[in-house]
Amino acid sequence: MKRFSGFSGFSFSRWLGIMLKEFIQLKRDRLTFGMIVGIPIIQLLLFGFAINSDPKQLPTAVVMADPGPFARAYVAAMQNSDYFRIVGSVDERQADDLLDRSEVQFVVTFAPGFHRDLVRGKSPVLLVEADATDPMATSGAIAVLNHLGAEVFAPDLPGLERPTAAPLELRVHRRYNPEGLTAYHIVPGLLGVILTLTLVLMTGLAMTRERERGTFENLLATPATPVEVMTGKIVPYILIGLIQVTLILAAARWIFDVPMHGSLLLLYAVVLLFICANLLLGITFSSIARNQLQAMQMTFFFFLPSMLLSGFMFPFRGMPQWAQMVGNALPLTHFLVLVRGIMLKGNGIEQLWDHSWPIMLFIAAVLAIGLKTFRKTLD
Amino acid sequence: MKIEKGGAPLVIDVAGINKHFGDKHVVKDLSLQVRRGEIFGFLGPNGSGKTTSIRMLCGLLTPDSGSGSCLGLDVLTQSSQIKRQVGYMTQKFSLWDDLTIGENLDFVARMFGMKKRRVVVDRALDELGLTGRRDQLAGTLSGGWKQRLALASCLLHEPQLLLLDEPTAGVDPKARRDFWEEIHRLSAAGITVLVSTHYMDEAERCHRLAYIAYGTLMASGTAAEVVAGQRLQTWEIAGADLQGLGQALRALPGADLVASFGATLHVCGRDGAALEASLTDFLSDRPLTMSRVAPSLEDAFIDLMQGSQDQFKE
Repeated sequence: MKRFSGFSGFSFSRWLGIMLKEFIQLKRDRLTFGMIVGIPIIQLLLFGFAINSDPKQLPTAVVMADPGPFARAYVAAMQNSDYFRIVGSVDERQADDLLDRSEVQFVVTFAPGFHRDLVRGKSPVLLVEADATDPMATSGAIAVLNHLGAEVFAPDLPGLERPTAAPLELRVHRRYNPEGLTAYHIVPGLLGVILTLTLVLMTGLAMTRERERGTFENLLATPATPVEVMTGKIVPYILIGLIQVTLILAAARWIFDVPMHGSLLLLYAVVLLFICANLLLGITFSSIARNQLQAMQMTFFFFLPSMLLSGFMFPFRGMPQWAQMVGNALPLTHFLVLVRGIMLKGNGIEQLWDHSWPIMLFIAAVLAIGLKTFRKTLD
Repeated sequence: MKIEKGGAPLVIDVAGINKHFGDKHVVKDLSLQVRRGEIFGFLGPNGSGKTTSIRMLCGLLTPDSGSGSCLGLDVLTQSSQIKRQVGYMTQKFSLWDDLTIGENLDFVARMFGMKKRRVVVDRALDELGLTGRRDQLAGTLSGGWKQRLALASCLLHEPQLLLLDEPTAGVDPKARRDFWEEIHRLSAAGITVLVSTHYMDEAERCHRLAYIAYGTLMASGTAAEVVAGQRLQTWEIAGADLQGLGQALRALPGADLVASFGATLHVCGRDGAALEASLTDFLSDRPLTMSRVAPSLEDAFIDLMQGSQDQFKE
C-alpha cells in the first residue's frame, strides 16, 4: 500500500494528531463540553415536555348573574373539557380586575334571565371575555366553547325542536386585542427579549474583555474603586438599553400599530428595573467567566430558557408546573406581563406589583452572588 | 519613614510576607528593604513569586500574613493610598489597544485625578516623542514603543516608587538600553525603582538585587555581595571540541555547576581545592587549558537556582 505522506500528501498520523489535540482541548473546556451535552438536553426537555401551543386548564372566573341548573351544568362542562379551570365566582368589577392583573385568562358571564331565555328557546347571550394579549393561548379554548352549548343542553331541552338554531348565543370578546393580532403579543415581548440578549451579553463581555486582555490589572492598579469601575462600565449599557427600548416602542407605535394604553413613564420605570436585573446578571457572569467565550456561553444558557419558558414564544399557561416554576424565576416572564399590562391593558402601578417584586427578588439574589464573586483584587 | 542606619530612608520595608493561592504557597516569608532612589533588581526563575510579590507591594493583592510598609503606608490596610503614589508597569502590555495613545494617557491621568490633565498628557507625549502620533491606536505600536508608552503612563501621576515587572521582555537591545538610561535618570531624580528581570546585564545595572525562588528569598545585596555570598570558585576551560564535555565535568568531585559560554566552559564549585584537583586530573590527558576566573553573576544565579530546585524537590 502506498503511504500517503510527504510534502503535499495526506498523513493519517498527522491528521489523527490534530484530531486528538482537538478532543483534548475540548475536554479541558468544561463549559463548551457542558454546552455540547447540555443544549440538546435542555432543548429536548423544553420542546418535548414544557412547550405546548394548545394550553389547557386556563384559569377562568365566572360572573353568575343568574344561577340555575343550566348555568351550573355549563360551567361543569367547561371544566370537564379540560380547557378551563374555574377559579371562582365573582362580580363584574372583580372580573375586570382579574383580567387586568392577568390572573385569569377568561371571564364567563351568565346574564340575568339566562335560564328563562334558554328554556324558552330564545338563545340567551353567553358572554366570554378572553385575555387576548396572547391570541395563541386562547384560540383552542374558544373553539371548544363553540360546540359546548349544543352538547350540554340538547338532552335537557326536549322542547327545543329547531336543530339548526343554537341553544345560546356565544359572544366572545377578545379583550385588549380585539382583532387577535399576534403583533400585539410579539412586539412588546421583543422589548424584553432584545434587552435580555444585548444587556446580559454586552456587560458580560465588557468585564471579561478587560480581564482577558490584561487591562483589568492596570485598572486595578489605579486608585479607581470597584464601585467606580462597576457602575462606570454599566451606565453606557443602560443608555444603550433605553435607546433600544425607544426604537422598539416607536416601531410598535408607528409600524405595527400596537396601542399604548398605559403610562409611558411607568413603562420606562419598569424597563429600568428590568435593565438593572439584566446588567447585574451580565456582570455576575463576567466575574465568573474566565474569558469572553465563556461569558457568551453563559449568556446563551440563560437566554435559551428565557426565550422558551417566559411566555414569549409559547403560552406560559400551557406549560407544566415545573416549567412554570422555572419560568417564574426568570425576570423576562414577569417583564412580559408588565409590559403587556401597561401597553395593552393600561395597567397602573397598583396592578403591577404582583409581577414587579419577583424581578426585584431576582436583582437581590443576583446582586448577592455578584458581590460575592466580584474580584476586587486579583486574588 | 524609617531610616536605616547611615542610608537613605526605606521606601519598601516588609517582613514575613506570605501569600497562598489555594493550597500553593506562592510567597514565603518575604522580607525586603529598598532605599529611596535605589534601583532594586528582583530576580528569580519563572513562577518564583516575583509578580505576586510586586502585586502585593502595590496593593493589587493582599498578603495573607506579614507586615510592612510601602512609602510609609501599611501594605495590609492602606493599599488605596499606596496606589496613588506607585507607578506599576505590568508584565504584559496592559494599556488599551483600542484606545489611541492620547486617549490612553488621558484615561490614566483621569484615574489618578490629575488636575491639569491636558498639560500633563501633552508633556508626556512630547517627552515620548509621540505628539505626532497621539491619534494612533496603541495596539498598532511596536513592542519597544508599547513599553515606552506604558512607562510614560506609569509616570503621569509622578509616583515616588516605580514597580516594573519584566519591563524589557521581548524588546530589542537598543530600546532596552534607552529604557535603562531612563530608569537611571529617574533614580537620580529620587524615584525608587523596583524592577524584575531575567537579564544578567540588567541585573548588573541595579544598585542592589534580590533573588527569589519558589517563593523564598534566597539572596540579596549588591551584585558583588550576591556573587560573594555563593562562595563559588570558578575555572574557565578553553580549547577545541568542548561539546560533550559538560556531562563528564559535572560528574567530577567538587563540581557544582557547569555552564557553556560559547567557546569556553565555566566550572564552579564551593570546595575550590577539591575542584582544582579533579579538574587538573581530568584535563591532564586532554588538549584543554584551564584558568581561574572570577565567578560571574550568572554563575551565582544558576547556582542559586539549582540549590533552590534541590530544596523544592525535598
